[in-house]
Amino acid sequence: MTTQRKAVALISGGLDSLLAAKVMLEQGVHVEGINFYTGFCVEGHTHAIRKKDKAKPKRNNALWSAEQLGIKLHIIDVIDEYKDVLINPKHGYGQNMNPCLDCKVFMVGKAKEWADENGFDFIITGEVIGQRPMSQRRETMPIISEESGADDRLLRPLCAQNLPETLPEREGWVNRDELHDFSGRTRKPQMALAEKFGFDDYAQPAGGCCFLTDKAYSVKLTDLWASRGKKEYEIDDIMLLKVGRHFRPKPNFKLIVAREEGENNFLQGYKKQFITLRTMSHKGPLTLLDGTVEEGDLELAAKIVARFSQGRDAENVDVEVAELGEVIKNVSVKPFAIEEIQEAWRV
Amino acid sequence: MIELDARRLMCPMPVIKAQNAIKTMVSGDKLRVTCSDPGVMQDIPAWSRINGHTILKAEEIDHEYIITIEVGDD
Repeated sequence: MTTQRKAVALISGGLDSLLAAKVMLEQGVHVEGINFYTGFCVEGHTHAIRKKDKAKPKRNNALWSAEQLGIKLHIIDVIDEYKDVLINPKHGYGQNMNPCLDCKVFMVGKAKEWADENGFDFIITGEVIGQRPMSQRRETMPIISEESGADDRLLRPLCAQNLPETLPEREGWVNRDELHDFSGRTRKPQMALAEKFGFDDYAQPAGGCCFLTDKAYSVKLTDLWASRGKKEYEIDDIMLLKVGRHFRPKPNFKLIVAREEGENNFLQGYKKQFITLRTMSHKGPLTLLDGTVEEGDLELAAKIVARFSQGRDAENVDVEVAELGEVIKNVSVKPFAIEEIQEAWRV
Repeated sequence: MIELDARRLMCPMPVIKAQNAIKTMVSGDKLRVTCSDPGVMQDIPAWSRINGHTILKAEEIDHEYIITIEVGDD
């Protein structure tokens, strides 16, 4: 009797990883999924924070993929370990702050560690040659295999026929003839395979699952590091970069102004960690002040906050300032006119 | 019954905390997770289904989401 071989599949929640795992299941391989949480995932947080998104049915696409496949999914917290990947990427950043190649090396390496610890034979990914300009090119495929330590235990079922044979193929654990030769940016072969497998409700593929590929987010992250004089972050920092309007009117402080009720509620959770500003005479957004304040800074901040309240056209708006949850000052200010909010302040 | 406080954590962190707690438990044990992110009402049951655990109760009380899981065989 032949031993059923075991593969761990990197499951992002997108179509390619779903298909790659399904191809292996069709060949009788035992597959379990692994998903890494770096802290930069787009969908979960924004849905939870922003009220306008709460009406949409929310799902974690990696969990959904695993359920469609009928496989287990292991979600791994890599927030701390990922810092080094983002802060010191050996292969550099992509168009924004996305260290895609280093990220892939890191994740395949973590999957290899997991496979070794749990008695799995090989690792699979949904990579396709030419699909992504930075991380999924013919030249990057061997880099990922080698630098992750997975070497020839890394199999890419969707483009394996375009690559040298891997251990699972050589050993006959999988049939190379039933793997695929997808390449390039076209999605047509994936969509045809999805149809063949009966998947019709998969997440839209686009690489849009990571905040680090987003220009606006990357600008905020760069500003955070510049203001601190060093590249470092904690989970709360990266969460707050996803929320509100950000203004840096002076180098020593930044304001995070809630845009709507969901963000207001979310920022409430940070009242005991920051200076907060709240308009009292008119309805308005909760605002966090991140940094230190000098003479006149609270008045400057209050004028900006008042601009985004319902008292924006009033002569005066009363603003309450609290530090670590305790009220420290009440100021009455004339809200800035829109042209007084300098474009250079916007982060 | 093991209690797990996952308040102020956003998905998927409550799922990860529940997963890691369950690794230390045995079949038939019960875990009650208290969360503040409403996303757990979808994510924890989905994770439990695919990993062979049973949701005994999932309820919202005063803007908190409390889910009781019975650990499965494997």
